[in-house]
Amino acid sequence: MTNDVIIVGAGIIGAACARALASAGLGVTVIDRGTTAGGTSAACEGNLLVSDKAPGHELVLAQYAATLWRGAVTDLSEQLGDGFPSVEFDRKGGLVVATTTAGAGPLLDFAARQRGAGVDARVIDAGEARRLEPDLTPGIEAAVHYPEDAQVQPTIATEALMASARLHGARLLENTPVLGPLLDSAGSLIGVTTPAGELRGRRVLVAAGPWSGEVAGLLGVRLPVRPRRGELLVTTRMRHRIFHKVYDADYVGAVESDDDALQTSSVVESTGSGTVLIGSSRQQVGFDARLRVDVLSEIAAKAVRLFPFLADAAVMRSYGGFRPFMPDHLPVISEDPRMPGLWHATGHEGAGIGLSLATAELIRDLMLGRPTRIDAAPYSAARASLAPYLAAVA
Amino acid sequence: MSRVLVNDVLVIGAGPAGLAAARAARERGASVTLLDSSDRLGGQFWRHLPDTRPSAAERILHHGWDTFRGLSDALESDSGCRIIRSAQVWAIETSPGGPGTVHVVVGEPDGVGRERLAFSPDAMILATGAHDRILPFPGWDLPGVFTGGAAQAFAKGERLAVGRRVIVAGAGPFLLPVAASLASTGSTVLGVFEANRAPALLRGWLPRPWQLLPAASKGVELAGYLAGHLRHRIPYRLGRMVVAAHGTDRVEAVTVASVAADWAPISGTGRTVEVDAVCVSHGFTPRLELAIAAGCALTADRFVGVDEGQQTSVPGVFAAGEITGIGGADLAMAEGLIAGHVAAGGAAADDQLRRAARRRRTFQGFARRIEVAHDIRPGWPQVLTADTIVCRCEEVSFGTLCATAESTRSRSLRALKLSTRAGLGICQGRVCGRSVEELLAARVGDGGLGDGVTTDRRPIAAPIRLGELAADHHGLGLTPDHHSPELPPHPTKGTK
Amino acid sequence: MTARLLPFGDDPIKPAPPTPVTITVDGVPANGVAGQSLAGVILASGTLALRLTSAQGRPRGVFCGIGVCYDCLVEVNGQRDVRACQRRAADGDVVTTQHDRRPSGDAA
Repeated sequence: MTNDVIIVGAGIIGAACARALASAGLGVTVIDRGTTAGGTSAACEGNLLVSDKAPGHELVLAQYAATLWRGAVTDLSEQLGDGFPSVEFDRKGGLVVATTTAGAGPLLDFAARQRGAGVDARVIDAGEARRLEPDLTPGIEAAVHYPEDAQVQPTIATEALMASARLHGARLLENTPVLGPLLDSAGSLIGVTTPAGELRGRRVLVAAGPWSGEVAGLLGVRLPVRPRRGELLVTTRMRHRIFHKVYDADYVGAVESDDDALQTSSVVESTGSGTVLIGSSRQQVGFDARLRVDVLSEIAAKAVRLFPFLADAAVMRSYGGFRPFMPDHLPVISEDPRMPGLWHATGHEGAGIGLSLATAELIRDLMLGRPTRIDAAPYSAARASLAPYLAAVA
Repeated sequence: MSRVLVNDVLVIGAGPAGLAAARAARERGASVTLLDSSDRLGGQFWRHLPDTRPSAAERILHHGWDTFRGLSDALESDSGCRIIRSAQVWAIETSPGGPGTVHVVVGEPDGVGRERLAFSPDAMILATGAHDRILPFPGWDLPGVFTGGAAQAFAKGERLAVGRRVIVAGAGPFLLPVAASLASTGSTVLGVFEANRAPALLRGWLPRPWQLLPAASKGVELAGYLAGHLRHRIPYRLGRMVVAAHGTDRVEAVTVASVAADWAPISGTGRTVEVDAVCVSHGFTPRLELAIAAGCALTADRFVGVDEGQQTSVPGVFAAGEITGIGGADLAMAEGLIAGHVAAGGAAADDQLRRAARRRRTFQGFARRIEVAHDIRPGWPQVLTADTIVCRCEEVSFGTLCATAESTRSRSLRALKLSTRAGLGICQGRVCGRSVEELLAARVGDGGLGDGVTTDRRPIAAPIRLGELAADHHGLGLTPDHHSPELPPHPTKGTK
Repeated sequence: MTARLLPFGDDPIKPAPPTPVTITVDGVPANGVAGQSLAGVILASGTLALRLTSAQGRPRGVFCGIGVCYDCLVEVNGQRDVRACQRRAADGDVVTTQHDRRPSGDAA
């Protein structure tokens, strides 16, 4: 039996693509070396943001995705029924705050550029910011409100997309790693080999998050995806005191940076269960998941600077994940020019949850030869900015 | 934050294992730092009244009281041993080739603005003990349902009886001292109900009885409890379980039923008894989070794996007591002594350790019998209804666990925790974790859960305030006017 | 009244006489002895429920008594999330019960 698409990776990207492809009538098998949502998708915040994106192709993709989320949540809820846990979609909005005069100017410039690209970025004064967030620090130099920002429970969202895909006929093989490519006599890719045997597919889509580089390597090509570690803190339950995603203006700089060194910026929000989720850090330490107290200490300090009352809040849990980081800061969503039949949907860095739905539609339209809703060329593996990093492995 | 470097031996936990380890390490001449989260030494086993309230006959409440006093008095008067009470370890950072760095907050339990300390010892001994394992049952979340450990802690630590008309139930010999403590503190214990039936008990206790002789002290201990029972006329029944607790806002009655060998309740055998408290214990769960944080490998039975010298898989990290296997205070002390000696540079084969090694063997054998006799049997989930709360912190019912497992078809414990919230509350799965794992594994069937995750892993080992966490951060330090206890001086090296 | 402190005159271990300690719980005085935990003082005063749960509003009290279950959380002298079974009662302690409903319910 030859699949139309074999998807390697059962995280949110793989699940979203499986759903889009299966509901378009393609025969899909998803494989994962572990279980659904076994990697980054279950180790992140669940961000659906436009606020942290500068004008450019990532923002375009995020805006595309933003138009899809509400409808998808409704469709999933109808399709999966009441017994399925809620994905906790909450269009709560974001508030970016500069607490220093040095940070104020760049934040306002950034917001102006975003407005030029169609983002609803509203400059508000300190009084309005305190009205939106009464417990915010008094020392606000500039603030921008982004009503379009939203939140979702990422593990449940991944599970929901996968459940939907299966209802549309997709197959899921867990605990099934890729061992290597399946090639025909002409050397073309016709599937993958696994410990459970050969899987034949007209196309193989690599959606393995930070491990996509490893999978691509097993299949014979180099893909420069690297892990970028992030850690988060979770407080004990408290009464609802934080109403938006709130972050300091350092966040934008951290997302865009190439710096290897530890970078932290504060992101604070409440969750549906009453806890407060606090991030975030960016650090390149390979796949080292060991706890680092200095990182947590810095995250804590910045959170308390934004919300002084948090000094007395108790952290009960810490977790972290690996963002899939591309050297030119854009995901790869296309066929691989070096190997016909091999496709990629990966490299979303810290935005994978939100971008998943748009990625899935692009993949579906590209694979079916349909016109894409946005220009897909900027996300192609063939783009110029990626060329220096791609070299076929013999 | 004060960074304290190069302690020779850091001992975490001042129960029987930790006290014995600290003493043995001192005997070898190491300087020792002994930490405990309580303001008193003794752990759970030797929970006692405060030293400000000396008692003429406190020993009658305890097994081995003189041993405890001997160990604690010696360590407290030893300038080579620094004891830090109210010290909560909240994280361990690993480092290659050594034990790592132990992060501690010192101050009132669950305080705000506690003092932060970090230790990077040459050797570390983990003696973090265990806590009661309680299987969920309908009504177990009602106020007035306590663990056996709670009954002991209040009886021994405060002379408080948790109820007047009390039933003790569960599995294991621990039920006996629980009943004894309750009776000696003024409760009427209506009965002690052991879930295992006679054949299981006999299978554990009877074979090769001569092997039990070296553990005669255990026999004396247990005989004492049984004699106490006779004196108080407390019925001890086998093959019975509390299958439900009843009441509106507190427990008012329980249903006790007979159970089969696999602990499945036998219908029609339920009897309702009016009580004002129930004390339940189905065995013990080792407190593994620090060992896991330190990188120690676990055995297939989910205890810390150790060699003859109580060394774990991490060089310089040792483990002793309940975390290597549930076996009681005598085993804990034997292991602690060996761990302390080897951690301080001795060898496992040293002559000084022969007696302790013999005792370790004896009491390990004893522990294995307890397991055979009193282990948890697989039919226990049959007592659950869809509404029974399984995760207390997050109020996740058995019905929700099943429905979510079914609708997501997930075989990932991690994902199921995140989608049901079971184990994500403030106790971080300490109470419900093993039960949730068993229930989900049974639901997903063939092969069980596929992601190799356990609920024992807690990188943040105890809640820490954000202000405390931030306090060390350079340049952004918060300086609340907090009270920090006087830190005892660095211990002097040398014998005794 | 169910939980009860054994009167020291009746206690077979013959402890030294206790020093009294008084705390307030939601404004109501509760008497205990020095060295007791807050949980012990509260239990002996006849209160079993320390809080209502956040989703179903069900009463909870002391469960494990040794600090692992976190069911017995109270606010003490303005500090939230304090395990009553781990904190010694000091004369004059102000204990407030804490009930945190989830945001989807109503704010406390």
